[in-house]
Amino acid sequence: MATEETDHEDGVQSIDPDDVDTEDILGSAIERREDPALVSGEAEYTDDIQKPEMTHMAMVRSQYAHAEIEEVDTSAAEEMDGVVAVYTADDLDVPGNLPVGWLLDSLEQVNHPILAGDRVRYQGDAVAIVVAEERYQAHDAADAVDVEYERLDAVAHPGEALDDDAPVIHEEAGSNQAFDWEIGDQEATKQAFEEAETTVSLDLHNQLLIPNAIEPRATVADYHPRTDELELDMTSQNPHVHRLLMSGVIDHPEHKLSIRAPEVGGGFGSKIHHYADEALTALAAKDLERPVKWTATRTETYITDAQGRGHETTGEMALDEDGNITGLRVHTKANMGAYLSTFAPSIPTYLYATLLSGQYEIPTIYCTVEGAFTNVPPVDAYRGAGRPEASYVVERLVRQAAREVDMDPAEFRRQNFVPGDAFPYETPVAMAYDSGDYQKTLDRAKEMLNYEEFRERQEQAREDGRYLGVGLSAYIEACGIAPSELVGELGAQAGLWESSVVRFQPSGTVTVYVGTSGHGQGHDTTYAQIVADKLGVDYDDIEVEEGDTDEIPQGMGTYGSRSAAVGGGAIVESAEKVIEKGRKIAAHQLEADPEDVEFENGEYQVAGAPDRSVTIQDVAGASYLAHDIPDDMEPGLEATSFFDPENFVFPFGMHAAIVEVDPDTGEIEFEEYVAVDDVGNQINPKIVEGQIHGGIAQGIGQALYESAEYDDNAQLTTGSMQDYAVPKSSHIPEIKTASTVTESPHNPLGVKGVGEAGTIAAPQAVVNAVVDALEPFDVDHIDMPLTNERVWRAINENGGEH
Amino acid sequence: MYPAQFDYEKAGSVSEAIDAISGHSDAELIAGGHSLLPTMKSGLAEPEMLVDIGDIDELHGIEHHDGHTHIGAMTRYADVAEDNTLWEEAPVVAETTEMIGDRQVRNRGTVGGNIAHADPASDLPGAVLAADATVHIAGPDGERSVEADDFFHGMYATDVGEDELVTGVQVPHEGTAGAYAKKPNPASGYALVGVAVRLTMDGDTVADARIGANGVMDHGTRLEPAEDAVEGQALSGDSIGAAGDAAGSSLDEYMVMEDQQASAEFRLQLLGAYTERALEAAGERAGVL
Ligand SMILES: Cc1cc2nc3c(=O)[nH]c(=O)nc-3n(C[C@H](O)[C@H](O)[C@H](O)COP(=O)(O)OP(=O)(O)OC[C@H]3O[C@@H](n4cnc5c(N)ncnc54)[C@H](O)[C@@H]3O)c2cc1C
Repeated sequence: MATEETDHEDGVQSIDPDDVDTEDILGSAIERREDPALVSGEAEYTDDIQKPEMTHMAMVRSQYAHAEIEEVDTSAAEEMDGVVAVYTADDLDVPGNLPVGWLLDSLEQVNHPILAGDRVRYQGDAVAIVVAEERYQAHDAADAVDVEYERLDAVAHPGEALDDDAPVIHEEAGSNQAFDWEIGDQEATKQAFEEAETTVSLDLHNQLLIPNAIEPRATVADYHPRTDELELDMTSQNPHVHRLLMSGVIDHPEHKLSIRAPEVGGGFGSKIHHYADEALTALAAKDLERPVKWTATRTETYITDAQGRGHETTGEMALDEDGNITGLRVHTKANMGAYLSTFAPSIPTYLYATLLSGQYEIPTIYCTVEGAFTNVPPVDAYRGAGRPEASYVVERLVRQAAREVDMDPAEFRRQNFVPGDAFPYETPVAMAYDSGDYQKTLDRAKEMLNYEEFRERQEQAREDGRYLGVGLSAYIEACGIAPSELVGELGAQAGLWESSVVRFQPSGTVTVYVGTSGHGQGHDTTYAQIVADKLGVDYDDIEVEEGDTDEIPQGMGTYGSRSAAVGGGAIVESAEKVIEKGRKIAAHQLEADPEDVEFENGEYQVAGAPDRSVTIQDVAGASYLAHDIPDDMEPGLEATSFFDPENFVFPFGMHAAIVEVDPDTGEIEFEEYVAVDDVGNQINPKIVEGQIHGGIAQGIGQALYESAEYDDNAQLTTGSMQDYAVPKSSHIPEIKTASTVTESPHNPLGVKGVGEAGTIAAPQAVVNAVVDALEPFDVDHIDMPLTNERVWRAINENGGEH
Repeated sequence: MYPAQFDYEKAGSVSEAIDAISGHSDAELIAGGHSLLPTMKSGLAEPEMLVDIGDIDELHGIEHHDGHTHIGAMTRYADVAEDNTLWEEAPVVAETTEMIGDRQVRNRGTVGGNIAHADPASDLPGAVLAADATVHIAGPDGERSVEADDFFHGMYATDVGEDELVTGVQVPHEGTAGAYAKKPNPASGYALVGVAVRLTMDGDTVADARIGANGVMDHGTRLEPAEDAVEGQALSGDSIGAAGDAAGSSLDEYMVMEDQQASAEFRLQLLGAYTERALEAAGERAGVL
């Protein structure tokens, strides 16, 4: 696969789509068509929805992380003004148990009730709900529900939870071990370590993060008793998945349940999962036969949205005398939180350990992962989901190994990369990398940083008592997880295909229905670009519909950077079917053999006879008129596809940071941040750039600022943005981007996926840079977030400069 | 997110405001609302009545007099930060207001509200201490004035009585240079540590230094040992370094604030570093560095 290079050191310029010809639309940086409505406030989000007779729901949540429920007294709340109903676990007569959608052999499947009946297991676990005429009344009445608790010891960290004397969170499981899982070759790895010239080892804590979508989770449920139809508007990244799961949870037939995601203000994974709240909203609406709205407060999102990461890891790398990596051994204790969230078991296992080969040729790898129940909210996919944790382990160890063997970290990487001619490349952890050229992204990043010159400057600066460092992050990710058969073998309780319909209207305009569900990514724009290119129809004549189970045949949603690779593939397949059907109609009308009819730029043309042509838009009209189409053909011009790719796609790249550390205060200043990403073909480089920027901001957030902290009672001590440091624009440096393009062979667009790249790449670029800067102080590692205090302590720990 | 119910009254004058709060057992003044409303929304405060002082003309505006400037209590930070005379005559005050929160906060938050609220991590207390300002207070018994040094009592506690309100702050035109160095808390943007400095120079020599710190103790605090370290000498790397070393020396370490971002020990470390930065900036402004 050839690799091309592009540079955007000064940023990608947006283009007005009116200035772009249809032939050029795919790959052009056109402005996002969804933005005017989003930025002007006209777009409709779930909380904007008003319905006649609508009521409001508020949750009664446990203030304790672990306690027996002795008594729930709802009488005072029931008496309050405007209160319509109060429900506790005793009032539910449905299964009411949230399912887990990914199974592992050793998995302890514990009950996950939508309302806690006898025990609460995290601060925020729901105990009762209140429905009232007004939102304020609901919240006031929720405060008036009196719950008596018998407190239990609580535990927040996986290592402690797995100790023998830890309080057991699910008695039916016997211990806090949710699963014990392994991958790779234990024996061969053991041998590699025995034969190694040297080994390095690091204990790494990948802290828990709180997703911070701008829009909190929300649901509006509306039930029609006459037809038994239950309609939900909700903040969902995957309405069809929610519909399937919820129909079981609340025991409502799937065909009578419809779920729509209006505009959704960000998700980062937190809106994939099936939570209790939306099921409770639906049940209340059904019981009361009135619409019910629930919108989480920010405080609620902090204690109930599934959190991300939460790993305690020991990683070891074995090396030979020439600085070649000969083995990797990793043991991770993963925080699963109080219950197993929807896809939780897959995150620290198949989405994590399978990426531990990074960009390197490592002869043998062995990884064990223990999942631990704790008293924090359920932990599940958060932007990157497993892959940032893997990349962090690999890139921190690589940096440490380079130091150990006294090689420059860039050279150490170059020497250990999977060579460009080795693709497809099988890793020892079950992955077959599709394509790549890792040398090229490294070279480009080094060039952008003036790497060699920097090393001289660094030397100089140290003499003046200034501490500069460069950090590299050679990341790889696997996204667009597929095919379904494979993910089934790995334990998924779902397929990971995507579906689409491409439908011409008689007048020649086109609507595309697709089962992904964008929530800020710009799908309306990029999908329309794809279809305009394929069909040769004007971009403005194309409408994209997502996020509605009534309109879209089926879908798996948007997460794991899958939309372009899998959803885009489904769209291309439908477009191609439409073109083929149109070709037969065109041939019929042009009185030619379909094989002689060529399709280009929206026109069918008889080969060699340029004047015998008809546009696909006219063909669409003819197909619906159906006066003159082939005899054996149904009228209409549309097609449905289910696209199941043959493999994952593997975006990769090199991120690098140059920082200066002030030894007096532990403060970190960025001098440079460069990102060289290979995300395959780019449908819209401006959107790619935006995804990279946003991802890096989240990655820097993890590296330097963010951490969900719990006290000894597993109470969240960073419960608001006053304490949990979400990075602000002033915290993020100027980012220089460049890209290489290596097409993926696994989908018709040759795209890879970009949604998570920055988040995966950035943390270790920053940590490696700080560790590099602090080399004179003999600092091997600092755990994230690198607060000023942690850095300052690390500097002083070994008695200052050496 | 959902504040409890409250009554609301708009005061037309200072005396109306005083009548309103003294006639009610649980009334709160509301100025910019940027501290009060967040505490009400999160349920930390549930006043029964709010008395809005936003429309009282006599509390608004900046007046320059010979030797001092009067800043009305309802004056927004943004207006202070744009006042050229203050940048000339009391730069520590102007610079501090420019570093409070973000633009929205600076457009709403008020000078009176900030010091009356006396959040230990807010920025203005250090500046009014360094500037040697006088706070004007009105109450049922008339008006009185308090020196900044006597104004801040503790966490959210000041010299302002229950039935009183701050009408304004008088800032003397003294000192030839000043500066504010702030280490924002990366989460809240408030001062993890903030050091406000006013220097009165006599040629190259520091004739008088006043240094006020935020975010370190339960209220804005003068750093006298650091002042002593620079007074009577030329401002230099050495004297500044000595001031940094001395900055926290008179503070009771057990009383130093601690939070998610910084322990007491590290706060004191930052205090030294930011004292040096503030002195350097002031020295540069004075043209002696
Ligand atoms: C997002 C955000 C960021 C912020 N960042 C910073 C920051 O970086 N630095 C900083 O210093 N502050 C910061 N603040 C706080 C802000 O400066 C507040 O505006 C200020 O602390 C209070 O001023 P106010 O006019 O808003 O007072 P209000 O909120 O209206 O009142 C606060 C309290 O003071 C009392 N009060 C108000 N005026 C008077 C008066 N004239 N006399 C007597 N009592 C009075 C009120 O009764 C109330 O108890 C921030 C606030 C927000 C919302």
